[in-house]
Amino acid sequence: MSTRLAPNTPGVGRLIDRSKQQNFTFNGKRLTGHAGDTLASALLANDQVLVGRSFKYHRPRGVVASGAEEPNALVGLGTGNRFEPNQRATTTELYDGLTARSQNHWPSLDFDIGAVNSAFANFLPAGFYYKTFMAPRPFWKHVYEPFIRRSAGLGKAPDPDARDPDSYEHFHAHVDVLVIGGGIAGLEAARRAGEAGARVLLVEQSAHWGGRAPVDGGEVEGHSTEAHVSQLLAALEAMENVTLRARCMGAGVYDHGYVLAYERLTDHAPALKGPRHRLWRIRAGQVITATGAIERPLSFSGNDVPGVMLASAVRDYVVNWAVSPGDRTVIVTNNDDAYRTALVLRRAGLAVPAIIDARVLPADSPLMAEVRAAGIRILQGHAVDHVMGGKRVRGVAICSHAGEGGAVIEEIPCEAVAMSGGWSPVVHLWSHCGGKLTWDETRAMFRPDPDRAPTGDKGQPFVVAAGAANGALTLGEVLEDAVAAAERATARPRTSDAPQAVAQEEAPLAPVWMMPQGASIHHRAKAWLDYQNDVKVSDVQLAAREGFTSVEHAKRYTTLGMATDQGKLSNINGLAILSGALGNGIPEVGTTTFRPPYTPISMGAIAGAAVGDTFQPIRRTPIHDWLEENGAEWEPVGQWRRPYTIKRPGETTEEAVQREVTNTRENLGLLDASTLGKLIVKGPDAGRFLDMMYTNMMSNLKPGRCRYGLMCNENGFLMDDGVVARIDEDTFLCHTTSGGADHIHQHMEDWLQCEWWDWQVYVANVTEQYGQIAVVGPNARKVLEAIGGIDVGKEALPFMGWVEGELGGIPVRIYRISFSGELSFEIAVKAGLARHLWDLLLTVGKQFGVMPYGTEALHIMRAEKGFIMIGDETDGTVIPQDLGLNWAISKKKEDFLGKRAQQRLDMARADRWKLVGLETVDGSVLPDGAYALGEGENANGQRNVIGRVTSSYHSPTLGHGIAMGLVLGGPDRMGEVISFAKGDGTTTIEAKITDPVFYDKAGEKQDV
Amino acid sequence: MSEGLAHVVSPLNGARFDGLISVREMAPQGMITLRGDLAAPAIKNAATGVGGHDMPGQRQASGDADRAILWMSPDELLLLLPYAEVPGAVASIGKLLEGSHALVADVSDARTGFELRGEGLREVLAKLAPADLSPGALPVGEVRRTRLGQVPAAFWLKSEASAQVICFRSVARYVFDQFRRAAQPGSTVGFF
Repeated sequence: MSTRLAPNTPGVGRLIDRSKQQNFTFNGKRLTGHAGDTLASALLANDQVLVGRSFKYHRPRGVVASGAEEPNALVGLGTGNRFEPNQRATTTELYDGLTARSQNHWPSLDFDIGAVNSAFANFLPAGFYYKTFMAPRPFWKHVYEPFIRRSAGLGKAPDPDARDPDSYEHFHAHVDVLVIGGGIAGLEAARRAGEAGARVLLVEQSAHWGGRAPVDGGEVEGHSTEAHVSQLLAALEAMENVTLRARCMGAGVYDHGYVLAYERLTDHAPALKGPRHRLWRIRAGQVITATGAIERPLSFSGNDVPGVMLASAVRDYVVNWAVSPGDRTVIVTNNDDAYRTALVLRRAGLAVPAIIDARVLPADSPLMAEVRAAGIRILQGHAVDHVMGGKRVRGVAICSHAGEGGAVIEEIPCEAVAMSGGWSPVVHLWSHCGGKLTWDETRAMFRPDPDRAPTGDKGQPFVVAAGAANGALTLGEVLEDAVAAAERATARPRTSDAPQAVAQEEAPLAPVWMMPQGASIHHRAKAWLDYQNDVKVSDVQLAAREGFTSVEHAKRYTTLGMATDQGKLSNINGLAILSGALGNGIPEVGTTTFRPPYTPISMGAIAGAAVGDTFQPIRRTPIHDWLEENGAEWEPVGQWRRPYTIKRPGETTEEAVQREVTNTRENLGLLDASTLGKLIVKGPDAGRFLDMMYTNMMSNLKPGRCRYGLMCNENGFLMDDGVVARIDEDTFLCHTTSGGADHIHQHMEDWLQCEWWDWQVYVANVTEQYGQIAVVGPNARKVLEAIGGIDVGKEALPFMGWVEGELGGIPVRIYRISFSGELSFEIAVKAGLARHLWDLLLTVGKQFGVMPYGTEALHIMRAEKGFIMIGDETDGTVIPQDLGLNWAISKKKEDFLGKRAQQRLDMARADRWKLVGLETVDGSVLPDGAYALGEGENANGQRNVIGRVTSSYHSPTLGHGIAMGLVLGGPDRMGEVISFAKGDGTTTIEAKITDPVFYDKAGEKQDV
Repeated sequence: MSEGLAHVVSPLNGARFDGLISVREMAPQGMITLRGDLAAPAIKNAATGVGGHDMPGQRQASGDADRAILWMSPDELLLLLPYAEVPGAVASIGKLLEGSHALVADVSDARTGFELRGEGLREVLAKLAPADLSPGALPVGEVRRTRLGQVPAAFWLKSEASAQVICFRSVARYVFDQFRRAAQPGSTVGFF
């Protein structure tokens, strides 16, 4: 059984505080651990060897690793609103009150019905979904998918009604050198960069500094590695230009030195105040990836039985957390490093019955000699034939590595197996932004190719790998490499030698991708590559036989490396198997693509502050609060909120809209038009500039007058419209659509800065300087006269004119323009006074039947008048000529934006769909967007169409449905009745083609 | 200006929040955009006359609490002055610049201002703005035009413990709410 080692055991438990007990539960069972434990170490200390079930076969699974690479020990953490699936027990720090549940089991972890899948493993080979569930087709939806969904899948999605109560934030940091990884290499590189004067940020994913060095031992400058790490830390902490962050993982490296780091602030202590996670958005001049290396498993039969662990992890559990994986541990290896595990176990008083080494060395290496001297049996040239046991290891059967297995020489009883297949540098962050790898034949590893580093804006390399992440595996190599990395990152030569290290020399490893070497199919079908996605050696070989020769295709076909651990343990082993099956070299097969994030990061951290009331900016007009308090039903217009209608108690939305239209037509309406874009265009060339911007002539507009204008892009399509007022000889004020102000401002600046840079024109966006209130209806003039201060009579302020003055003591500019067909004044007022004026208009307007109205009433009234709306009648493919707006397209002007484009064949052809009014025969309302039906079908068997509805409303003024639409040959077909299809695609509705102006065709009402 | 002045309101009515730093919406402040050739004597005279201080260098703010000149771009300044003085100032600049190519616009109501106070203000800003806000990259007195979350903003430090922020009026609530989050107790970063 796995258990906690006694307190007096020498050299164990460096990270735990035995004086602090912490209680937690696993599947409801109450367990205890110590401060400093990870969930994984605490589970092992409680002999909870079985921690989950696998994805496909529901095989029992135990802890394999001790860090971020862990594929098996995934749990659901927390409850209710704080429940999170797929949390790695090895990187979850234990805290008092932690609640964890194992995943992917039913009905219980110990007894799982899905495990029966394992018995049918022969029928679930690679690509079995593709092969099995293709036919009969309807079976997929009703039989296969529900079954697979129930039995497969990792973790459980949180309750859809759960709401994360924690907060998250972003932080932007700019540094000269970012060091990712706080192991001995990262610390050394950071210290050197710091001493060179660089602004340095050093991030470490775990809560502890020093990485593997304190566990793996050795000496630096006469001190233990642990003491050396403390010294480095102290030196770094004393530097003002260095920032250290533990529990902060380098997640992704992107273009131009942009790096994301994921800091977990309160996961280890949920009672702490403040944000739970912080996403660091870093701009770094140089990035040093000192991300270490990951030990590879060996592929032998039964290598997934709980109790089979990485040799380095076994070492970690003993030294760091005083956890024994079992009284007897058999070590299986192809390299010297695993011998350290034997020494650690022996020092802790645990038995190592044998070391199974696939190699046959001519002479003992120093580590081997030390182990042999300790009396541990070494079996060279041997392999594990299979692991005995189901839910936990009972022993291993040994065979010769040279054979195909089955000829068991000996069975060795044990509780744990420590395996080591060599080390793979963590090249993920190096690779994210295009760093290339090279295959190191001697060490059997892909390591960063320094000549093909990720490059920055000037083509300069901006990532440097250091230490084990760069393929340096011995203590001395690691330190030397770290110093070299700091030299490259700071572009300054070292000022002192790399620290001198003493560590044992290691004999070279022998690449072992399968064990025994010629393992039979029976063995291969039980040799796991990807623990999380249940991919075995036999699956990858089958994929190769079936023609999946590209590593990227084989990955997707077998799902190797596609689980939440992204193949940290399986990647290299899998591609080595593929290369063997294809008869190609490993470097020719290559790796799959490393993509960020390094390990999963929370959605909350990605969102940062963009949640709740700060999810996105909501732009509020100065009248917003009044509207909100008085029943506004909001609709988004760009980022603005505008009132669709202002509802009274007991009213339906439709009733409110009809009321607003009727009252405006009969009495007095008020509209908050503050969202209209307002751009000042000023300069000696302003007129000339606007002649280019608008399709019609603006330069001959007289000061004091207004003109409606259309704006097209250079492709001729109608982009924006609005009223332009000439303020003085040099100054125009251009109104844009509500959503269009920023875009049109940019559009103008683009042309001014890039094309007509020598024209004397300045543009300023003053949209928000003014609140704008439309006073509309037969009583509009009366209310302004009652407030007093400005002559708004027909002569003083004619239609399409403007005046400035003080209205009731409030400085305003009044434009006499109308978008409703009624007598109408749009009053621009400083935003800080807009609410004051609004209140005044409401008070004084009472006697005249004043009533605010919303955007839907505005839409109906403009439609009754046949006025187009950008975004309704236009969709980016419509030119002004389609809308019968030829009167607003100058024929005199030599040029304007869109002129040339509008002369192209397609734009000028006679059979474009053109704007008409539509009146249903039965008075009902046409569905918005409905298509007009033509004769016959097109080449795709679809009904031909001859037009579509662009705007459609019930007109309270006329008492029936009105619509506008684009119809083939429309203006020449007045009076004709055509059919439109309803949403169901079959029922039709008849409508008569009419003039688009339904109301007051002569325009008498607005000109009084 | 007439009786209207008494009714001028800022969008949040002087809202404030105290957390890692204190955040306070400022009372309406006069702001004039001046675009033109910043090397031209007429522009310089107009700016310094109203702004009451020397011309700022590139990206600089020159001035005090009441009155300042902010360099916004190679052809744009922002003049800060008491709100009530704006109409007069716009008129007098207009007169000074008659005949030269320039744009003068009252933008006082288009924006709102926030005052940040407290030692942690660089960090609070750095949670929202992507710019480098370290003391070396943003010295006291330099204006940074950048964004806060998803909206444009400008700010400058008056001292290590005091900064002024300007954003558009319509997003005052959004910016204030973001500050409330970024300055929540327990969220000190410890970077600068």
